[in-house]
Amino acid sequence: MYTEKVMDHFSNPRNVGEIDNPDGVGEVGNASCGDIMKIFLKVENNVITDIKFKTFGCGAAIATSSMVTEMALGKTIEEALQLSNQAVAEALDGLPAQKMHCSNLAADALHEAIKNYKATHG
Amino acid sequence: MKRIYLDYNATTPVRPEVLEALLPYYRDQFGNPSSVHWAGRQVAGAVEKAREQVAALINCSPAEIVFVSCGTEADNAALKGTVDALKAKGNHIITTAVEHPAVLETCRYLEKTGCRVTYLPVDADGMLDLDELERAITPETILISVMWANNETGTIFPIEQIGAIARRHGVRFHTDAVQAVGKLAIDVQQCNVDLLAISAHKLGAPKGVGVLYVRRGTRLTQFMHGGHQERNRRAGTHNVAGIVGLGKACELALAERETHAGRVRELRDRLERGIFEKIPNVKLNGHPTERLPNTLNVSFAWIEGESLLLNLDMKGIAASSGSACTSGSLEPSHVLGAMCVEVTLAHSSTRFSLGPDTTGEDVDYVLEVLPPIVQRLRDMSPLYNCRQQESCAGCETLKKL
Repeated sequence: MYTEKVMDHFSNPRNVGEIDNPDGVGEVGNASCGDIMKIFLKVENNVITDIKFKTFGCGAAIATSSMVTEMALGKTIEEALQLSNQAVAEALDGLPAQKMHCSNLAADALHEAIKNYKATHG
Repeated sequence: MKRIYLDYNATTPVRPEVLEALLPYYRDQFGNPSSVHWAGRQVAGAVEKAREQVAALINCSPAEIVFVSCGTEADNAALKGTVDALKAKGNHIITTAVEHPAVLETCRYLEKTGCRVTYLPVDADGMLDLDELERAITPETILISVMWANNETGTIFPIEQIGAIARRHGVRFHTDAVQAVGKLAIDVQQCNVDLLAISAHKLGAPKGVGVLYVRRGTRLTQFMHGGHQERNRRAGTHNVAGIVGLGKACELALAERETHAGRVRELRDRLERGIFEKIPNVKLNGHPTERLPNTLNVSFAWIEGESLLLNLDMKGIAASSGSACTSGSLEPSHVLGAMCVEVTLAHSSTRFSLGPDTTGEDVDYVLEVLPPIVQRLRDMSPLYNCRQQESCAGCETLKKL
């Protein structure tokens, strides 16, 4: 059902945890659909220098969260805003069709975190 | 890697004795039981013997056994066949909110064709209120359809009392006994059951065979049209090998019922005790006592079921979950929903269902690998030890529930 890359990110997720005094926090999803993703950012000179996630959800939710943190780390805010849910899914060599609409929200969580960063550091 | 199968409510392996009994019917005894010649006659006897073996297990007459293709077909035939046969009497069906989709979706279909269906609610343990059931009966009620035991939680309904209510009001009574047959004592006479569905692959026989028990004198419109098989009650060439296998499985189930149930219950209780001792914040889903001896459904707070199943699978353990991800929809289990289980807990529900091959070693292995998996997923969850409880949308949702 899941690709090797999904299983790799699911069993060894990158950047799990929280950041103390983050520059931005974003959360998407809700309990009723079974997926909640939260992303924490540290930003220096417009570059994401640290990123962590916490996720309640299925294998796809955890793997996309892990992948988006890996993709966003070291990128500028503008570059990170270009990352889409689709790009995250592609980086994982695809997700099962039924997961594309419900558990593929990691880039949204990243964008929320950036929005929060901009609002508090504008 | 160890492979531990704890999903016997989903399906069971074919038992060696069953396989041995049915194999000749794929080889030398290949005839069609409806044929007159020697090849047919050889096989017809085997189908009739299986009919007797099934009848003995549920205490009915062999003539009341109709072989079908699966439990779902049996439920469909019972419901649709009753609605058509009794349309002059009425169009009201009483069932429960926690039925298997084989009954629930058939009822939804029948509503579209003009039937009125009452879906009885259940309490937090998944139990029915029998007064409510009795109050739901009207002069138009043609059928009460209540499952014997729930596939997800294992909660056992008081079938004998429901049968007595049905008889008192002269209403036909169907029960989906797919999870109960082979695990509990089943007596259709004592319980006044008119229609009962069995699935072969839940009790160590192959997939592709089921039974509809039809009490003598129960008018039912034929569901499958074609040949004269099953006394014109179900057309289609018999799945001879599957039927022989089911017969053997029923014979074994009858002989071993007491010893098997006791053994499985002990192992299930050991698993249940171990989980509650080793892991905090676990909720039991299902009735504490009125429950199938092999079934344990628990929710681990703050984590989601599919990710737990994947982790168990990586350790070789096969279980199942009521999370949306495994139900194929966006909603978690309708059974836990009807029991008003908090939605995040419903997403985290995990069902362990044990069987005759389960050992104490298997249970101990699960108890060894499960706690660290749960802890790892909790550490990853934004809902666990949430630092911003006041501002966190996830915690807000949890509090509202």
